[in-house]
Amino acid sequence: MSETTADAHGAHDHHEGGFWSTYVFSLDHKMIARQFLWLGLIMMVVGGMLALIFRWQLAWPETQVWGFEWISDESEGMPEGYVTPNFYNMAVTMHATIMVFLVVMPILVGCFGNFLIPLMIGARDMAFPVLNMLSFWVAVLGAVIMTAGFFVEGGHAAAGWTGYAPLSTVPEYSGVFMGQTLWALSLFVLSFSSLMGSINYITTLINMRTEGMTWFRVPLVVWSLFVTAILGLLALPILGSAGAMMIFDRVFETNFFNPAKGGEPLLWQHLFWYFGHPEVYILILPGMGIASELLPVYCRKPIFGYRAMVYAMLAIAFLSWIVWGHHMFQSGMNPALGSAFMMTTLVIAIPSAIKTFNWLGTLWGGSIRFTVPMLHALAFVILFVIGGLSGIFMASNVVDIYIHDTYFIVAHFHYVIFGGSVFALFGGIQHWFPKMFGRSMDEALGKVHFWLTFIFFNMVFFPMHILGVGGHMRRIYNPLQYEFLQGMQPINVMITLSALALGLSQIPFVFNFFATVFRWNAKWFRVLTQAVSGLVVGFIGYKSAAVMFEGLMEPEASTGGRIVGTIVFVALTVWIYRYLEKNMAPLGADAPQNPWDANTLEWVAPTPAPHGNFGPTLPVVRRGPYEYSVPGESADWAPQTEAIDPKYAEAGH
Amino acid sequence: MSEAAAVDHAHGVEPAETPLTPESWGKLGMWVFLAGDAMSFGTLLAGYAILRGISENWPVPTEILGISLTAFMTFLLICSSVTMVKGLDAIKKGDQEGLVKYMWLTVGGGLIFLGLQAYEWTHLINLGLGLAENEWGDSLFGTTFYIITGFHGMHVTGGVIYLAVIAMRGKKGVYSATNWNEVEIAGLYWHFVDLVWILVFTFIYLL
Repeated sequence: MSETTADAHGAHDHHEGGFWSTYVFSLDHKMIARQFLWLGLIMMVVGGMLALIFRWQLAWPETQVWGFEWISDESEGMPEGYVTPNFYNMAVTMHATIMVFLVVMPILVGCFGNFLIPLMIGARDMAFPVLNMLSFWVAVLGAVIMTAGFFVEGGHAAAGWTGYAPLSTVPEYSGVFMGQTLWALSLFVLSFSSLMGSINYITTLINMRTEGMTWFRVPLVVWSLFVTAILGLLALPILGSAGAMMIFDRVFETNFFNPAKGGEPLLWQHLFWYFGHPEVYILILPGMGIASELLPVYCRKPIFGYRAMVYAMLAIAFLSWIVWGHHMFQSGMNPALGSAFMMTTLVIAIPSAIKTFNWLGTLWGGSIRFTVPMLHALAFVILFVIGGLSGIFMASNVVDIYIHDTYFIVAHFHYVIFGGSVFALFGGIQHWFPKMFGRSMDEALGKVHFWLTFIFFNMVFFPMHILGVGGHMRRIYNPLQYEFLQGMQPINVMITLSALALGLSQIPFVFNFFATVFRWNAKWFRVLTQAVSGLVVGFIGYKSAAVMFEGLMEPEASTGGRIVGTIVFVALTVWIYRYLEKNMAPLGADAPQNPWDANTLEWVAPTPAPHGNFGPTLPVVRRGPYEYSVPGESADWAPQTEAIDPKYAEAGH
Repeated sequence: MSEAAAVDHAHGVEPAETPLTPESWGKLGMWVFLAGDAMSFGTLLAGYAILRGISENWPVPTEILGISLTAFMTFLLICSSVTMVKGLDAIKKGDQEGLVKYMWLTVGGGLIFLGLQAYEWTHLINLGLGLAENEWGDSLFGTTFYIITGFHGMHVTGGVIYLAVIAMRGKKGVYSATNWNEVEIAGLYWHFVDLVWILVFTFIYLL
């Protein structure tokens, strides 16, 4: 089988397909990976815009959203730019749904899974390339159905991303008709995409590792994607079945979740969370894998506790199946059962802590290179720890009585999914970009993007812990309607201003990404990039200075605020402009084969990796993936294909 | 594998563990798919169990559903699994005609099963058991019945088409004593569908 596969690829090596077979219906795992990346990044813009709109409503309730005043007053959603309650619910629901299913999963699992698994285990492609292509196009179908929901009468799904029944199943309760059905249908379709991806990942890794690539020489990111694929394989069909039940309830008037006719709303909660908790680990495990991959490369040290890392991931994956009840402590659960779920949940802290201490152990004494991917990996470790610790509060069922469904949980899962998964995602993109596109993203622009994102991420999500403990509900249209929340409104305003800054902070990344992919290095474009990045920072600085000068709640800046703001604006704009002018490398220049001096097999392949990945012969693996700074060896790195010096071979094994 | 193995066995090369299904990637792929598919069925059956468990007026299935007909359908499906095994056995011995004969017998078993299921459904609908209405008690009895047997029926339909393709390719002489992986993979799927039916029969009809 493997020989025929290799022959088939050999025969394809020379063919140059047309536009459709190269860029659209491609069977090449690397192209499919890039397609998933584009899908995820485009949907990220949609998800981010929705977040900004509902953040506006939370800071300045029932005012016109800046930039949307032009909308007709007959619009259902935002008449004249005012956010209606239904639109607010929809924006929150769809922000979460899109970010989880159409941003983090396509990029972390779809893009990195497809790109890295064959390259890092020395295979020429996935086991089933046609299935792989279908997996992407079914995901696109899911995305189209999901997007279509925005344009139907009654608006898109508005019952929260968890879609609790009967709010989600009885259209009259939420005023949403077609939207919720399309939502469930889209998730149903996306579960098929995931299933196909998982079949490919699992089969490829088990069957197609190259000579010498034993299980314990497999890089940790591939391990993490393998564990993720197993979780996806077993968890997504549950969502598919539950989604089908919801569609039947809505369209064919069955009563699965209708208590009036013998149904059980809690059944939805159980099914959703039985899927949902493994899903949480689908979102974070690849991030853990990417961090475990980047830290050794940029510390020039072996990963601390390779096998412990692998076993910890397997333990997390196993435990993720027996903790779903902790989402339902407030659903009338028997306290004894609640305590059992609390115990299983707290046990997950053990493998998570093993991973965290191993990351710290890897950093200890390393020769750290503060590149952009490394900064993201460090941010991952820091933010994941904060998110993990706040998770322990939620896991305790007595504490959960007070903080359940408050902003505390919002802070918690954003620290894990944004602080964890999304930082890993940005770090991974920058790290593997040279192999993916054949050119390196710019480090200076990357640093501007990283620091802005890191600062404003924390300014958005850290204060949410305080809001949550203060009793601010997770889902509330207008916080000012409660007297006890009014005193905390300045925090809401600060969060929203920071969220706007966080949105603007992505602009340098967009410039960096497009400039590198399309090789835009003209003088005018470089000046534009420097100017826009400078202006973004300057503008944020202006606003921050004005706010500090006269307090958060003043809508208009006074003269004093304007003067201070302007000085800060000019200073920051010039600083960033000059910094980029001095430090920006030629944008989109060809990357070397192994720009990071990394060991794993993808860097042995030519850049960008051709169809079939490795030329005429497959690489043969002779050592583990993290053998950096091996005593007695001349270089501080050695590709996995390099033989261990016979002098040390005995001691090493 | 073998391609790289041919290169060299220089110092320090440990052979990777052999692939789990060295003869065909598809075989492992099918096993993985079936694990996922089992979760879909498992979810539906678990939902069924919970809804039935909390129901106060769940009808006694044997009083509404015709057990003898379904028992015959079950028997038929098990027989079609036997012919599937015989078909694979035939081609492993190089008997191409035997393969085609047994494959068509398997397809026939699936088709008769589907026909009987269609008859059963129409009969029950005429009696007043609908997707969302049930004259004998809880409406969810009908809902779970149609959705679970329907989901299984879709699998049988897919399997009939799948096996017919195998039969036609067998007729063309694609398979031989050394090339029968696709037959075996199709067999895995078909046996899974049969196995699921036995669970469905037990939980929905008998219990």
